[in-house]
Amino acid sequence: MKQSILALGIAATAALALPAAAQERIKLVNVVELSGAGATAGTNWKNGIDLAVADINARGGILGRQIEIVHYDTQTNPGNTRAAVQRAIDEGTYAVLGPVFSGPIGASMQIAQRAEIAQIVGGEAAGLTRQGNQYLFRTSLSQSAAMPKIAAYLKNTVKASSVAVVWVNNDFGKGGRDAILPELQKAGIRVAADISTEQGQADFAADAIKVKNANADAVFVYLNEEESARFLRAAKQQGVDKPMVGETTLLGAKVIELAGDAANGVRGHVGLSIDAPVPAFQEFGRKFQARFNYASDHNGLKGYMAVAMIKWATEKQKKFDKKGLADTLRGATITPAEEPGIMITTKVETNGDLDRESYLAEVENGKQIIKATLPMINP
Amino acid sequence: MAEFLAYLIAGLATGAIYALAAIGFTLVWQTSQMINFAQGEFVMLPAILILAAVKLAGLPVWAAAILGIAAFIALFGWGFKLVIVDPMIRHGVLPLAIATMALSIIMKEGAKDGFTAEAQRFPSLVPQETVSFLGISISLQHIAIIIVACLAIGTLQWFVTRTKTGRQMQASAQNPNVALILGIPVAQMVMLTFLINAALAALASILISPIYLAKFSNGEVIGLFAFIAAIVGGFNQVRGALAGGLIVGVIDSLAAAYISTSYRLAVPLVLLVVIILIKPEGLFGRKEERGV
Repeated sequence: MKQSILALGIAATAALALPAAAQERIKLVNVVELSGAGATAGTNWKNGIDLAVADINARGGILGRQIEIVHYDTQTNPGNTRAAVQRAIDEGTYAVLGPVFSGPIGASMQIAQRAEIAQIVGGEAAGLTRQGNQYLFRTSLSQSAAMPKIAAYLKNTVKASSVAVVWVNNDFGKGGRDAILPELQKAGIRVAADISTEQGQADFAADAIKVKNANADAVFVYLNEEESARFLRAAKQQGVDKPMVGETTLLGAKVIELAGDAANGVRGHVGLSIDAPVPAFQEFGRKFQARFNYASDHNGLKGYMAVAMIKWATEKQKKFDKKGLADTLRGATITPAEEPGIMITTKVETNGDLDRESYLAEVENGKQIIKATLPMINP
Repeated sequence: MAEFLAYLIAGLATGAIYALAAIGFTLVWQTSQMINFAQGEFVMLPAILILAAVKLAGLPVWAAAILGIAAFIALFGWGFKLVIVDPMIRHGVLPLAIATMALSIIMKEGAKDGFTAEAQRFPSLVPQETVSFLGISISLQHIAIIIVACLAIGTLQWFVTRTKTGRQMQASAQNPNVALILGIPVAQMVMLTFLINAALAALASILISPIYLAKFSNGEVIGLFAFIAAIVGGFNQVRGALAGGLIVGVIDSLAAAYISTSYRLAVPLVLLVVIILIKPEGLFGRKEERGV
């Protein structure tokens, strides 16, 4: 009789414990571009997040709780992004992950700010972190950090005295153009052509002809992934033979894959790369390739690091406090020794910008080759 | 001058693609008096099917191309007519037009969900090299597009005007009742028109995808420009669609070069409005009168 009561007691406890264990999961919502013009960047970001969640859950989760990840497709539409961020908050997300494109970030960041929830994004537009939003955090270098390095590279390595600037007419592209032009001026480099293109543009023949006729010493290309590849192919078709210089995206794995031979010779600055001389990056690249059957670009790394930032800050504050997560991240320096998922020492500025090492690279035979490592700006 | 010629040739190449797609509008209009609003997606899908056969079935490119094109023509030539056009046309043109709008969404979303939302590299039949002529560099791909598209359209024009089957197609399009009395197999001629439309769309897809990259959303722009081209040239004439396509392509290229990339889409639309106001039958079209 005693044994029966004990058995019933164990069974009842187990039955009650099951829902409790389910409640122990911590929910993260990723609001990202899985279709539309940002599909390439967004898919890499999502896959990087999925890999990070799998790794963290396999190691026991965050403070003993497993992560439940949910992805919402914004279709690269700012209106959809706003709705998705609001939905994520209503559904009780611990933090908002994404989006990647700067325009949708700008359109949605006030929602997470009002809810006092950290939003960890992939955008690079300089203006995003100049609005005093204490809840917005980057996973990439800001344009204001990257463009001085590009200008110095154009002047000292490429030896260019004139440059044609090709940019995409969205928040990302406009931010990049506005950041590079003063830096070129400071470096004494003349802008031979200032060419605006459209997001989602398919035909770049006219733009390539304009670049060719500008006869500049080099071309600075600041477009999103698919447009970068289309432009490189069009430039090759028009016989543009000047050095093509870019910032991270232009040298990304997806651009190299899509542009084919036209990507060879492209060079510039990259914030993150699976080919960088960092063992953790290379290990990530192998894991990503094994799981998704293609090479990750910088957005995959950013997605992985975004989850690592959340894990680090939560374990630092020793509790799941949404507002405390943002407070802990601001001004923090995260090292791989403390949180292996961050992969490289990363300093989070108080405005949400990041500082960390970056790289100069060149595409040779369809592969990105790292040529030099640049130090942190404010170590 | 050299710069202008470079823009002109790039525009002619793009225009040749629009022309191939625009001819689809005119063929379907002539035989069924309907507008296929999925025409842009007809150009998008063959490249996706070929890549899917390569990546998912592991076929070599040549085999994937044969299989993909054959599957496309069967599904969207023969199948489109039997499954969508025939059941809907008896209810009038409007339900059919709406059905093709729905079809365009299904094709687009199907390509996105069934294959991928990301752009994919598509193999080119021509190397990405240039040749120099009169001081300008001309892309071999652009030359190939212009030649292949013009050959295809020329062959179609010859077929329609110089062969017995072609003349039967014309007769079926002009007056199906009389054609039937004369013993012409009208239903077969209409089906042939749909098969030709699908084949031309597949050709346009193979020519343009190495430049645009294969992506589910490619049909949006191509469909819009081809529609404009068909109206500008004349909706009821194959040669009108050719001229319309080339005109729209060149105007688009020159607008991007000399006005602004941001406004390049608006310029062909302005042209469309002007044509509708001044010559509603199109530059090469013939006036049609209809009883209500």
